[in-house]
Amino acid sequence: MADNTIKIKINGFEVEAFDRQPLIEVAEKIGVKIPTLCHNPIIEPYGVCRICTVEVRHRNRVRMVTACNYPVTNGIEVFTDSERVIRNRKLIIEWLLGRCGNVKVLNDLAEQYGITEPRFGRGTDDCILCGLCVRMCQDVVKANVLGFFERGPKRYVSTSFDQTSDLCITCGACASVCPTGCIKIDKLEEGTYKEMPMGPVTPIHIDFMQAVPKKAVIDKESCINFKTGGCKVCVDVCEAEAIDHSMEAKEKEVDVGTIILSTGFKLQNGEELKEYGYGKYPNILSSLDFEVLNNANGPTGGKIFTQDGRVPKSIGIVHCVGSRDKKYHEYCSRVCCMYALKFAHLIKEKIHDCEVYNFYIDMRCFGKGYEEFYNRLLKEGVNFVRGKVAEITDAALDKSEQGKLILRAEDTLIGTVRRIPVDMVVLCLAIEAQEDAKEVSHFFSCSVGRDGFFIEKHPKLAPVSTAADGIFIAGVAQGPKDIPDTVAQAGAAASAVLSLIQQKEVEAEVVTASIDEEICSGCQICVGLCPYTAITYNKDKNISELNEALCKGCGTCVAACPSGAAQQKNFRDNQIFAEIKGILAV
Amino acid sequence: MSSENGFEPRIVAFLCNWCSYTGADLAGTARMKYPANVRTIRVMCSGRVDAQFVMKAFAEGADAVLISGCHTPSDCHYQEGNFKALRRYYLLKKMLPQFGIEPERLRLEWISAAEGDKFQEVCTEFTEAIRKLGPSPVKKGVKNG
Repeated sequence: MADNTIKIKINGFEVEAFDRQPLIEVAEKIGVKIPTLCHNPIIEPYGVCRICTVEVRHRNRVRMVTACNYPVTNGIEVFTDSERVIRNRKLIIEWLLGRCGNVKVLNDLAEQYGITEPRFGRGTDDCILCGLCVRMCQDVVKANVLGFFERGPKRYVSTSFDQTSDLCITCGACASVCPTGCIKIDKLEEGTYKEMPMGPVTPIHIDFMQAVPKKAVIDKESCINFKTGGCKVCVDVCEAEAIDHSMEAKEKEVDVGTIILSTGFKLQNGEELKEYGYGKYPNILSSLDFEVLNNANGPTGGKIFTQDGRVPKSIGIVHCVGSRDKKYHEYCSRVCCMYALKFAHLIKEKIHDCEVYNFYIDMRCFGKGYEEFYNRLLKEGVNFVRGKVAEITDAALDKSEQGKLILRAEDTLIGTVRRIPVDMVVLCLAIEAQEDAKEVSHFFSCSVGRDGFFIEKHPKLAPVSTAADGIFIAGVAQGPKDIPDTVAQAGAAASAVLSLIQQKEVEAEVVTASIDEEICSGCQICVGLCPYTAITYNKDKNISELNEALCKGCGTCVAACPSGAAQQKNFRDNQIFAEIKGILAV
Repeated sequence: MSSENGFEPRIVAFLCNWCSYTGADLAGTARMKYPANVRTIRVMCSGRVDAQFVMKAFAEGADAVLISGCHTPSDCHYQEGNFKALRRYYLLKKMLPQFGIEPERLRLEWISAAEGDKFQEVCTEFTEAIRKLGPSPVKKGVKNG
């Protein structure tokens, strides 16, 4: 134990504490609850509500003190529920009720202490002037928006000149600490809701339950510290002292022999498809938006609501949005059919009477157990409409369509155009290659296809290799695929990498160039052409010399050599001449 | 396939290993048809295509020559070999008429590994153009020198 440990007695029990530790903390540690309104562990104690008043005896001296800011000293005896304490506390509650007669916390306390008719009447104010909000705003958040105004009985909490303050960052910290709940944050403006389900719930958060590594991160956008330089409450609370707001993104250089490109994909921007009204009408979600909404760890705890808080009675799921469409992407995104079925199943599970409509071109249930799942959904009463949705609109033709989103599609199975009104629409947006895939491919000297996905060396014989040695590809970066396929491909790429590492040596390029010393005249044309600086000029011998370890075998020098001194293995001039002669013989 | 006068051009195509040859390979695996008039020679890079190769091909009786490499500016597996091919292409375009060979008989195309269909298109279209142009003015059996 540290030197500054002392012993005190609380309600007759001997307790160890640190010298000058606040009494309320010591009591809390042994489970003695002292009522308080103005105390919060992250804010400097202030002793203003007086409810935490307790009796302290020391060397025959008896004092009534506030537990929140009383520093304990050796040998004191504390009584938190003595007759005198109760009497005093009752009086304090009655005084507070005289100011704020209708506040719930005070009335609860009054009930607890048996006060039915407060002697000083019941006031109508709802602020007990505890100053938690003011201290929060000034000391912790450091926004300096709130303050006390006037004196004595006229004292009140407000912003400067009672005006809406530009300094307020609407962090809501004042409202969150207010014991009486008298501070309210005005409802957020229209439209901000759309962003909310996707953003983090608190600035410091763990991205999602399956995050790897599963570590908390700070959202710079919403963290108070990045706005005012204050707060840092998380730093005080974190026992591991792991939080450092001054951390910056750093670049690190790592030497490696092989690289796996698994840069993933991006979802198509739904706003590109004007006819589907994504971003224009409310309650049109992308598949990822819906995944977040539906997630048990999501903002609604997994409950499916429309943006105005209703439980949807009908939901439309549109397949092939941007995929299998000549205007956007000709390819099939492969995963949409199955997650659309999953969505339909989960919606039915959560909202039994919800009508779910799947609009599809073809159902592509290609995997193990997938077709069976589709058949199961047909029996579960999910509606399937075979036809591409032409338009999503909110223009109602009759009463039944009022306030709904109307999906207009040709049902090709019954051969008619249908209008189906729903409360919510989920768009299965296309999987797209990353925007910078082409730059990345240039950087690693592999190539991308016209669709933007990386090209494998051979579709069957080398499905995870690329044209560049030591560069491998895995996952959706190579082409749209589901999780099992991605895992399989990642495993293949990893083993391809390991087999290279296992060999401990790299096979040198076979088709390197060579320069014949006897013929070379030292003209140095080749020196400037070599992109790998593999050729150097030897002044003493007056010839150009080639470093085979650096040579990648492009043959540019060979083509340019005026004397024929430079030759490329397997592609010697006379070999190609013979080849030309051979193919033109007939 | 055969034209009115029964002339079938013989076209030599120099394809780079990484883009155009792979593209031609893709055309093959995708079962795309291109005229048998095109006879391919694989080189590691379009930058390896010596001006001599083209002259030799015409001397050996080719009716046209196609050089194909990776897309400019930055698709080249060897960083800039395609630009070196481009330089020689302009040189050859000036040189061929001096030998009495129409410059249209030489073509340079950028075909990536993903463009099997482009390879097919280029071959079909080029063959058709040469068929119209007629046989090469170079007499077969010109001594190589």
